[in-house]
Amino acid sequence: MTLDRRSFLKLVGAGAGAAGAVSLPMIGQAAELMPKSGKRVVVIGGGYGGTIAAKYIRMMDKSIEVVMIERNDHFVSCPFSNLYIGGIMTDLNALTIKYDKLAANHGVKVVQAEVTAIDPAAKSVTTSKGTISYDRLVVSPGIDFRLDEMKGYDTAAMEKMPHAWKAGPQTILLRKQLVDMKDGGTVVMTVPLAPYRCPPGPYERASMIAHYLKANKPKSKIVVLDAKPDITSKGGLFKKGWKDNYEGIIDYRPAKKVTEVDAKAMAVMVEGLEEVKGDVINVIPPQRAGQIAVAAGLVGDDKNWCPVDATTFESTKQKGIHVIGDACIAGAMPKSGYSANSEAKICAMNVVALINGKETTELSGINVCYSYITDKDAVSVAGVYTVKEGKIIAVPNSGGVSPADFSAAKTEALYAESWLKNILTEMST
Amino acid sequence: MIMKWRGWALATGVLAVSAMAQAAPPTAAMLSNACAGCHGTNGGSAGPTMPSLAGQSKEAIEVAMKKFKSGERPGTIMGRLAKGYSEAEVTAMAELFSKQKLHITTQTLDKAKIAKGASLQESNCGRCHIEDGKEGKDDTPAMASQWLPYMQMQMADYLSGKRKMPEKMKEKVDPMSKEDIEALLHFYASVK
Repeated sequence: MTLDRRSFLKLVGAGAGAAGAVSLPMIGQAAELMPKSGKRVVVIGGGYGGTIAAKYIRMMDKSIEVVMIERNDHFVSCPFSNLYIGGIMTDLNALTIKYDKLAANHGVKVVQAEVTAIDPAAKSVTTSKGTISYDRLVVSPGIDFRLDEMKGYDTAAMEKMPHAWKAGPQTILLRKQLVDMKDGGTVVMTVPLAPYRCPPGPYERASMIAHYLKANKPKSKIVVLDAKPDITSKGGLFKKGWKDNYEGIIDYRPAKKVTEVDAKAMAVMVEGLEEVKGDVINVIPPQRAGQIAVAAGLVGDDKNWCPVDATTFESTKQKGIHVIGDACIAGAMPKSGYSANSEAKICAMNVVALINGKETTELSGINVCYSYITDKDAVSVAGVYTVKEGKIIAVPNSGGVSPADFSAAKTEALYAESWLKNILTEMST
Repeated sequence: MIMKWRGWALATGVLAVSAMAQAAPPTAAMLSNACAGCHGTNGGSAGPTMPSLAGQSKEAIEVAMKKFKSGERPGTIMGRLAKGYSEAEVTAMAELFSKQKLHITTQTLDKAKIAKGASLQESNCGRCHIEDGKEGKDDTPAMASQWLPYMQMQMADYLSGKRKMPEKMKEKVDPMSKEDIEALLHFYASVK
């Protein structure tokens, strides 16, 4: 999902509208877009979580009508987009899916529209094309940015200092800036405090940018300003990978929290104290659940992420609404594409059970995540998840990261390619 | 209309609470759905280095998982993941995948190699790789229509000694030329 200026303004408007919709009586609302006759689940979002929830509900129970609402007519995967930024992939085609086969193969009704409000009491979603009512709602909106914590990073600044943390035009922009940069230039990347989408993502990106610089602009370097005190995901592997491949190219600086940007001066400020200038600046801002989840009152006390039941992914804030993927708090399951895929299936199975008044099933989930260090070496983290005392935990004595000596890195790069092929095929067929 | 909805919501809410209190332990579908992100929906893989699980026998999957878990079979993430499941959970997943239809792949293969492999397979491998590899004796995996790159990676592990070859397989494979082995893999990949 991309966030250009127009859709961002729409979203801000949506936030205000949603607050109104909840408190005002249902008078003068937009027309029903598709009147409901039988059981219906509405899914918001056509990414790693939404597509799978929609497909699996239909696979499990054809008597349930599934309507998936997505603002775009396609989806571009964030996983592997760092390979495009590093020049290893030449376009985004292999990362792009469409929804026509979800409709043809599974009867998912895909509505291309912007969701502007959710009314949990009326069990209805307001979209740019009209309202759609539901029996249960699955919200998989991904992330939005906490721009109030990054002074000066407005939509105009995003065009000069791309985040590229939602794949699409922003990804292409960051790649173009790297290609256009003079040799001897400095790339600056800022990394927020956890939690954020894809914990190892920034470090894979630093690797891919360094890979590009090493081969094409050897006098250049990348400065990573990390708000965290250390690399918290695959840390040992990234450090070894950088030492072996990118010594003198990646300048990693922990505990440097960027709070302000100056797009005109092409500079970022570390907590108002230290200014760092760059020729290309990739700002990865602090994040929260997608705007619609915030507007619908699905976020918890932290005002950022959505607390959910560990069996059904039903919101603990609003009955009948389930939240999956990056937007939800899934205990030990990280904010990754594979987690979203796994959560969507768990949620789908239990949504079907709840709608039919049947017994729900305890969670069993997986996360598998690869990060490329070079064009031919990748490292992984894998985990199996279960529920204990109402919380999602990793199964003890299982899971973990690749061997520290990189003995599996070439093989894992080959497996990673099939990871992408399979997960995107799952989402689009 | 709103009243009706509220009444309905209340009813399902009550159901939800009572159902949640007694969520059933993970079913075979709950467990194996999680594998499909890498192995494809219902175990039919679209990724050339990732094996299809659909149509593998229960025994083949059970033994593979056991060997991944113990480290006897070399793997990357599979050893780490296998440790997350009990024997009963593995059996439940294995049963489910064994009931799926063999996944038919479309891949680029060499016609001459397929023909050569076809001439070699029955006398050399046919006792365990039954029905042109559509089935396997005991825990022998089905090879028909499996991805060629996946089988090539496994064979490389066998030949390097990283993965231990079953004795009967070793007897047959040891005297074979690299070309013969390659031809056999093309043949099995071609079987539909």
